[in-house]
Amino acid sequence: MQFAAPRSASEAAALLQAEPGDARVLAGGSDLLVQMKSGALRPDLLVDIKRIPGLDAITAEDGGFRLGAAVPGARLGEHAGVRALWPGVVEAVELIGSTQVQGRATVAGNLCNASPAADAVPALVAADAVARVFGPRGERDCPVSDIPVGPGRNSLAKGEFVASILLPARPKRAADAYLRFIPRTEMDIAVASAGVSLVLDEDGRCTRARIALGAVGPKVLLAEEAAHCLIGTKLEDAALAAMAEACSALASPIDDKRGTVAFRKQVVGVLAKRAAKIAQDRAGGTK
Amino acid sequence: MSRIHVRTTINGDAVEYLCEAGQSLLDVLRDDLGLTGTKEGCGTGDCGACSVLLDGRLVCSCLVLAAEADQRSVETVEGLADGDRLHPLQQKFLDHAALQCGICTPGFLVAARALLEKNPTPSETDVRYWLAGNLCRCTGYDKIVAAVMDAAAQMRKG
Amino acid sequence: MALDDRKRAFKVVGTRVPRPDGIDKVTGRALYGADMSAPGMLHGAILRSPHAHARIRAIDTSRAEALPGVKAVVTSADFCRAKHSFNQDALDHCMAREKALYDGHAVAAVAATSKSAARAALELIAVEYEVLPHVTEIEDALKPDAPVVQEDRRARNAPEGTHPNVTHVVSFGHGDLEAGFARADRVIERSFRTAATHQGYIEPHACLASVTPDGRGELWCCTQGHYYVRELCADFLGMDTSQLRVTASEIGGGFGGKTTVTIEPVALALSRKAGRPVKLVMSRDEVFRASGPTVSSWSDIKIGMTRDGRITAAQAMLRYQGGAFPCGTVELGAMSAFAAYDLEAVRADGINVMTNRPRQAAYRAPGAPMAIYAVESTVDELCQELGLDPLEVRLKNAARKGTKSAYGPTFDDIGLVATLEAAKAHPHYAAPLCPNQGRGLSCGFWFNFGGNTCVTLNLDADGTVGVTEGNPDIGGSRASISMMAAEELGIPYDKVRTIVADTASLGFNDVTDGSRVTFAVGLATIEAARDMIRKMCARVAKIWDIDEEAVIWEDGCARPAGPNAGDFEPMSIAEIAAIANKTGGPIAGHHEVNADGAGVSFGVHLVDVEVDPETGHTKILRYTVFQDAGKAVHPDYVEGQMQGGAVQGIGWALNEEYIYGEDGRLQNPGFLDYRIPVASDLPKIDTVILEIPNPGHPYGVRGVGETSIVPPLAALSNAVARAIGARLHELPMSPPRILQALKG
Ligand SMILES: Cc1cc2nc3c(=O)[nH]c(=O)nc-3n(C[C@H](O)[C@H](O)[C@H](O)COP(=O)(O)OP(=O)(O)OC[C@H]3O[C@@H](n4cnc5c(N)ncnc54)[C@H](O)[C@@H]3O)c2cc1C
Ligand code: FES
Ligand code: FES
Repeated sequence: MQFAAPRSASEAAALLQAEPGDARVLAGGSDLLVQMKSGALRPDLLVDIKRIPGLDAITAEDGGFRLGAAVPGARLGEHAGVRALWPGVVEAVELIGSTQVQGRATVAGNLCNASPAADAVPALVAADAVARVFGPRGERDCPVSDIPVGPGRNSLAKGEFVASILLPARPKRAADAYLRFIPRTEMDIAVASAGVSLVLDEDGRCTRARIALGAVGPKVLLAEEAAHCLIGTKLEDAALAAMAEACSALASPIDDKRGTVAFRKQVVGVLAKRAAKIAQDRAGGTK
Repeated sequence: MSRIHVRTTINGDAVEYLCEAGQSLLDVLRDDLGLTGTKEGCGTGDCGACSVLLDGRLVCSCLVLAAEADQRSVETVEGLADGDRLHPLQQKFLDHAALQCGICTPGFLVAARALLEKNPTPSETDVRYWLAGNLCRCTGYDKIVAAVMDAAAQMRKG
Repeated sequence: MALDDRKRAFKVVGTRVPRPDGIDKVTGRALYGADMSAPGMLHGAILRSPHAHARIRAIDTSRAEALPGVKAVVTSADFCRAKHSFNQDALDHCMAREKALYDGHAVAAVAATSKSAARAALELIAVEYEVLPHVTEIEDALKPDAPVVQEDRRARNAPEGTHPNVTHVVSFGHGDLEAGFARADRVIERSFRTAATHQGYIEPHACLASVTPDGRGELWCCTQGHYYVRELCADFLGMDTSQLRVTASEIGGGFGGKTTVTIEPVALALSRKAGRPVKLVMSRDEVFRASGPTVSSWSDIKIGMTRDGRITAAQAMLRYQGGAFPCGTVELGAMSAFAAYDLEAVRADGINVMTNRPRQAAYRAPGAPMAIYAVESTVDELCQELGLDPLEVRLKNAARKGTKSAYGPTFDDIGLVATLEAAKAHPHYAAPLCPNQGRGLSCGFWFNFGGNTCVTLNLDADGTVGVTEGNPDIGGSRASISMMAAEELGIPYDKVRTIVADTASLGFNDVTDGSRVTFAVGLATIEAARDMIRKMCARVAKIWDIDEEAVIWEDGCARPAGPNAGDFEPMSIAEIAAIANKTGGPIAGHHEVNADGAGVSFGVHLVDVEVDPETGHTKILRYTVFQDAGKAVHPDYVEGQMQGGAVQGIGWALNEEYIYGEDGRLQNPGFLDYRIPVASDLPKIDTVILEIPNPGHPYGVRGVGETSIVPPLAALSNAVARAIGARLHELPMSPPRILQALKG
């Protein structure tokens, strides 16, 4: 196995492209090194992207924020601007692993690793985040929901990598929230999760909702029908119940060591309901 | 297999080593540099026994490649005391009997140091969540939390 | 050795002194199993079976041996036959012979010049397996057509027709059950299940072995009992025990899991073959797959109670599995199940069943938590049904001095009633609860153990004292032993230093288990100190030229026994030491004993939980441990044992479990999915130490290490039952199970 730490994005893309065997981007390594240790992955080349100038920056852009692919979770949590604009995304990212893992794990790594249970992903999808993909043929933008395609598989072509993720601007009276269920309070992988992003009108009625569910399908699920249940409502109990039910109905989880189908289906609705209330509260809708 | 030449700083000292591409920082610290104070409990980021600071950030050294430490700074438990003067956290761990077997202790100390540098006035809940990535199977955490709270209080007094 | 009759005011015992190994451990200097290296050292690695049950047809190691850097490859062919079947089981567990008996069972090992070369070599070993049907669950292993894990291991006392997987059949009790149940106003029968859990010590097994061609060996390892490691390894390698010196490293937790061998014989065999030192360290995944765990259980309990809460009869049928080898843990379960109760009619039966799982290792009070969980849950359910206060019912039925225990012996002074009274009087018991919250209570018990112990005390020329003992210090025992030596000699604690000797430097010591160290090593230390005092008094008598009996020891000095003895200035220990070499030679104290009188220990735990009715998540709000320590030598470490055991029990009750797939492979061999409690899961664990002196120890000490893991299982289960109004009969009470129970 070879290790490279290129100093530019094009150099990184060229290295990834040129390697005939398995070439992997190394960001925080908190998935990659674990997979290598277990023998699940045996890359021929690791390309450390953390020394590429600019990739470690969080920059304001058109009222939103662009997160460089080398920014570890802890840095995001320390950024007052992002916290204020997308509290749900930040709380999702901060749930990843321990303080130690936070010191390394990146949002882009969470996305590209394509685990169905990845915490940042439902929040990013609910937030309409956009990934900027850099590759041998230059840059392209791609909705985050299109990056993962199934457990451990992403849509990036050979030589491509995610250089940054844009969290867009947000209208007034809007907010997001993310909740997951784990048996402990920390250090577990989500058994079910929900990210909710809401826009309210002057009266506190919901005009736009995006709900994304994690760990209840082969990849993150955008719950459009569930979101629809909230439109025009003030998140009254009936609307929330209908929304939760729609989430449970959409969920298509599996039984595994972390949870059962029945449990995941029920709990994902509960989480979506609770997250929606938090988002509503943050958007000022309960005042 | 050609090895990678790394120049780094460990506990303030300039250090050079050669490593394999897949070797972890933890392995190099322990096997090649003789810094066995940093412990391995799992090798997969789950236990925190291998905690070190990398450029001041708390990380698991088992999930850092040795090659990544080039031109960076690493701090381990061996760098915590100032000569023969224990760090307040070390002293409080002793005072509060915050260790039984002690295998988790280096990781807790390094992690707690990172906490107190960032937040000198943590609540007990802050301490418990910050340290959730450090497993201790002996103590039930009670005395560890008490030691960190007490060290924080003492460090605030200066 | 009995409790001292004079009531003494302790000077050192009972204080909170700093531990001697403390600074080494907070500075990273302490050397644990994996921290030692040797010149020319090789790195070992073990190839493990991916199958739960498979016949090993052939192993071809030639390609691995040919890999550059590889210096030795060993298989079961490189070991001797063990002296007897129990030892052979221990060896077969370290290295499979004809069959791989579980997922993770070692089949071959290599030593190479680097870790990466050793790992690469493993992939070049070709094992030809014939995969056999496997069984991992107790119920399945008892089915008539279940695969037989090992032939010819059926219990000799088993009735005709018993399944060949049943290796132990035990029974305890007394009285007329039928009459007892007939007297009850309410009789209930329940079945319970508990999952296998792992000790979860943070330090993986590790060792450094060096064997020379003349048959001498050195072994450095993390173990709870280096003498036992020596005995087993010498047997497996055909060495004389005197030629194998084992040094116990600092140990990063054991909880019973490091009371036997796992990799040590393999490292020795590799070293012997390679002619170089070999370091072998288990990965976490290997620790889960191939060391520990505890037994899993399936138990039936039947208890009868009168309307006013008197238990009239109690019966248990316990079924344990302890992996692919015969395992006697069920006996301890059957003995302890009803220990907390004073019963006229009681019976506890037990069987052990083999499955295709790793060989169980002791885990803190082995066998007791699962049995007492089942009993304490049933008692609690009876209290609920009859509308009785669970604490009052325990008090009403509590075992006390003079009670004929369910397992036979009659209890001497025990602390159960005092412990229950303390719980009753504690503000925790009366604190208000909110909706979705519940309070649970359970008693716990452990026998404690004494055992074989040697201690030597050496008087140094400056009057300070070295204590040499032979039990690895897992949680501060060197401090406690120094304290007892200081107490007895009447000198300050910091004038004593205790070290753990290697096997060549001190006579035999049993394993650090059964909560025996503070009790038995403490007792031997006190006796060795008394031996040294006698020698010092004799020396002083010689100097003063008076009778030995005319010299007494007080406050660290030899004094004339009274006015008639003569008028001499007291001689301090330092003064005696300074001239020892000129007045008759060095002075040392020894004691060798097979200690009994360990004195059983009881605890009571109180816990408040809140259950989220929509997700089944359990949050622990408040936790209090009450336990009898006999005499708390170092209260910090007594509290630490109480807290640590409680938290392990909490993990067992809520989240920890071995999960096997259909393929018989362990699905969660890592700390991410084997969920031990983390700091943020827990509230403060309050402790109340009671001191009901143990009549069998000069200072009244009882073991405290194990009892504390027993009560949490039922305490949590009882709390959850009261919080959600439904009872689970299975551990762990994971959120999906709680949600299921809530749905009814
Ligand atoms: C103890 C522990 C606890 C964890 N807990 C959680 C948790 O609670 N929730 C959770 O969601 N995850 C958890 N994880 C998993 C992991 O930490 C996260 O998925 C993390 O966000 C991954 O980011 P990384 O930067 O470390 O990725 P890496 O490990 O560096 O990379 C992950 C994968 O993505 C690829 N990749 C990385 N960056 C890019 C890029 N910019 N472009 C293209 N490909 C890329 C890599 O090649 C690799 O295949 C945990 C991991 C550990 C060790
Ligand atoms: S050894 Fe690194 S987290 Fe456990
Ligand atoms: S003191 Fe033993 S693991 Fe923490």
